[in-house]
Amino acid sequence: MKKVIGLLTAVGLMTAPLVQAGTVTVSGSTSVAHVMEVLAENYQNTAKKNVEVQSTGSSAGIRAAKDGTSMIGMSSRNVKENELNDTTKEIVIARDGIAAAVNKANPVQNLTQEQISKIYRGEIKNWSEVGGESRPIVVVTRENGSGTRGAFEEIMKLQRTVNGHKVTAITPTAQVGNGNGMIKTIVANNPFAIGYISLGSVDDSLRALNVDGVEASDSNIAAGDYQIARPFIVLVNNKPHPNAEGFIDFIMSEDGQSIVAEEGYIRVQ
Amino acid sequence: MNTATKVQPTGLQLAPKNTVDIKEIFFHGLFLCCAMVGVLSVSTIGWFVFNEGLPAFKEAGVTEFVTGKEWLPPALYGIFPMIVASIISTAGAVIIGVPIAILTAVFLAEIAPKWLADLVRPAVELLAGIPSVVYGFFGLVIIVPAIETLFNIPAGNTVLAGIIVLAIMILPTVITISETSIRALPSVYKEGALALGASHVYSIFKVLIPAAKSGILTGVALGVARAIGETMAIIMVMGNAPAMPGSLLEPARTLTANIAMEMSYATGIHSSALYATGIVLLAFIVLLNGSLLYLNRKRAY
Repeated sequence: MKKVIGLLTAVGLMTAPLVQAGTVTVSGSTSVAHVMEVLAENYQNTAKKNVEVQSTGSSAGIRAAKDGTSMIGMSSRNVKENELNDTTKEIVIARDGIAAAVNKANPVQNLTQEQISKIYRGEIKNWSEVGGESRPIVVVTRENGSGTRGAFEEIMKLQRTVNGHKVTAITPTAQVGNGNGMIKTIVANNPFAIGYISLGSVDDSLRALNVDGVEASDSNIAAGDYQIARPFIVLVNNKPHPNAEGFIDFIMSEDGQSIVAEEGYIRVQ
Repeated sequence: MNTATKVQPTGLQLAPKNTVDIKEIFFHGLFLCCAMVGVLSVSTIGWFVFNEGLPAFKEAGVTEFVTGKEWLPPALYGIFPMIVASIISTAGAVIIGVPIAILTAVFLAEIAPKWLADLVRPAVELLAGIPSVVYGFFGLVIIVPAIETLFNIPAGNTVLAGIIVLAIMILPTVITISETSIRALPSVYKEGALALGASHVYSIFKVLIPAAKSGILTGVALGVARAIGETMAIIMVMGNAPAMPGSLLEPARTLTANIAMEMSYATGIHSSALYATGIVLLAFIVLLNGSLLYLNRKRAY
């Protein structure tokens, strides 16, 4: 019996590529790949089509879509004009927003991007410098490698180059919490703390700051007014491969968009 | 009596049977297998950690890795601040925890009336069963705010908070092993001391504790191993900043916290550097156990 099963599995594995000729290839941004993998899994279960997701980084994803190495390219930043050609089009599939959050007892309501950036660099150390009480600022950040930290550093220009590598410019004395929950607990329990979490995780235990006078809300992000946000973009050919088209239709459908929301991102439909 | 001596010579067989005793061989094999589980696990873990960690040593250089002061993946991998944090938090926990634990063990073994010992001992044993995440949460909600008010600092997630939590965590290990080794002493030690006119307390400090030293040291070593390997509770209370702590009232990141925090997202050399952190940790544990073996050999009675 075991042998029969083994044989069947082997045959199945060998013929799988033939059966699933309808493969969709996706490559690009690691951040988008997180949600893309979940979407791909669901799509494979419903449409029985194989989706290959590779996380190579936004720039590589844009290039792959342009020269046709992948059917779909992923980018977690806005695509520059010179990176595109006439035959590729971009579709925003979701938005990722990050809230700068403080304790509810903190009177500060609004910070500019520059002030937040300086706080995280360790240049502003006291709340009185940004219109609060005269108390030291407790800076709380996520761990190296976290997608939220990567996005926050990128948007807030908190990066510097050391030995030819792009590294963080966040002060090394900042407290580090692993996970949105940990940041929330620290900020909720410390009246002098500032942290950043994905917008989807903000709840009553802490307060999201307005950035440059704009409230951190889904609608402001969708309108492009709230600045600590980034679009999740997919790039496809103007006349996409039918398999790729089917997958993108799935992403933009009600099912696909609710998966986007479940993963903590902001839906666009 | 008579019948027994008559029957015995015929039934008694002093020479081993010539046939192969399958049961005997089976159990010998079983014992060997069980004994090998631990050895195999240690060597597999060692091989795995070295295999994964060596690329980071090659990339960053062993000296730069161990003595480097900046942790900036993917450019700089220096874990010296974390080594310092691990050593300070463990040493602090031992300085606070071990005296309390030894005195508790003496109390349980020598001084406490039975009803009180029956109350204290289960409490201590219960302490051993509490998961470390609960210790961490306790530290976050009680100790961290207490440090904030006591020292008037903005954030209580400090080395000191870690030390206090670790000191409590190593109590049950040290207490249980010390108490057992004090109880295992021959009663003539204490009786002899008392007969010579020594007071109870004098005989405890001058006779019983020195005599039970090897057992107590084993307990302390296990406590140190627990403290240096503790991860979850430390992540929650110590702030995890990768900078060199300037005092006990600043946040710091231990070796274990470094591995646990960044492993989920790390790739390439960064992930390898975390395994290399594990190698350093492994070296610490080996040193610790080695020094314990050395100390206990000198003290062997």
